[in-house]
Amino acid sequence: MIKSNIFLKGLFSIKRLDSPAIALGASFVAIGALLKNVGFTIQESIFSSFLIYALPGSLVLAESIFIGASLINIFLAVWLVNARLYPLTVSLMPLVMTKKHPRWKYVLSCHFVAVSPWLIMKSNYKKINKEDRLDFWIGIGTANWLIGIFATIIGYLSADYLNKDMLIGLAIVNPIYFTCAMIGVMESKSISVAIILGALLSPVFYFITPEWCILFGGIAAGSIAFLLGEKSVN
Amino acid sequence: MSTEIFLAVIVTWAATYLSRLLGMLTSTKIDENSKIYRWFNCLAYSTLAALTSRVLIFPNGDLMDTNYLTRIIVILIAISIYFLSKRNLVYSTVFSAIILTVINSQT
Repeated sequence: MIKSNIFLKGLFSIKRLDSPAIALGASFVAIGALLKNVGFTIQESIFSSFLIYALPGSLVLAESIFIGASLINIFLAVWLVNARLYPLTVSLMPLVMTKKHPRWKYVLSCHFVAVSPWLIMKSNYKKINKEDRLDFWIGIGTANWLIGIFATIIGYLSADYLNKDMLIGLAIVNPIYFTCAMIGVMESKSISVAIILGALLSPVFYFITPEWCILFGGIAAGSIAFLLGEKSVN
Repeated sequence: MSTEIFLAVIVTWAATYLSRLLGMLTSTKIDENSKIYRWFNCLAYSTLAALTSRVLIFPNGDLMDTNYLTRIIVILIAISIYFLSKRNLVYSTVFSAIILTVINSQT
């Protein structure tokens, strides 16, 4: 059903020097503290990281509970901030899909799609046979997911000891990790253009539409990068 | 567990998992060597860069209490550490948190 040696290889990729464990852990510690501050019990906090496992979505959830937003408003706000998971999934799943695995494995494993495990998978998938990549991905995803849940518990329990400056320090870790990791993957022309233009266009679109600036900036930058990449290949 | 929080978590899960599931279903029709795959690959990286720059330049939450100059200094130091440490992501992320905490507690 699952090749344990490949699964463990994915699971232990979290120990490497390019591991997102610290960045991911720091962010979920902050989420745990935030959830406690808006009135969640520890069980509710664990339940939310277990099911959601996507930082911006958890932030929207905490804010929504704080202001008493309706369920439909929560759904729309979360869907909007987490829509980035769609292109992430489409740029990952074709790399792991073969006829060898049953469909339910893909249905379950897409829960693990989040930026940190995605970055590790994209850097390492070529070293793994295509038929084994799904098990490798499930290993990476499980490790990151467990770190998220465990860090939520630590954050919840240490909320009273974390002052404002420490929470600010924790909040910068994940975007810094993403920035450095993306600089590290700028090898091809189209990916480099996609990253640089995405970083530039999002703040520009912010002045037009703050809610949609990530999606609009991302779609515009990615499409331009793709066209430039195709042109240089032809 | 309160019903209000339980339902809010379920709704947040559904809205998040929807993008993941739709992405998985779309992927069944996409070959990794196709043009559309390359387009989605560019979209994934550009959206991630867009998200990161939005968070660093126009932050929500705790980072709102830091000023632009401080954030820019921390980003530049983190990138320098990343290259000086031969692309070690652990050092750059840990030091960025420490530097920001220290700078912010002084101001």
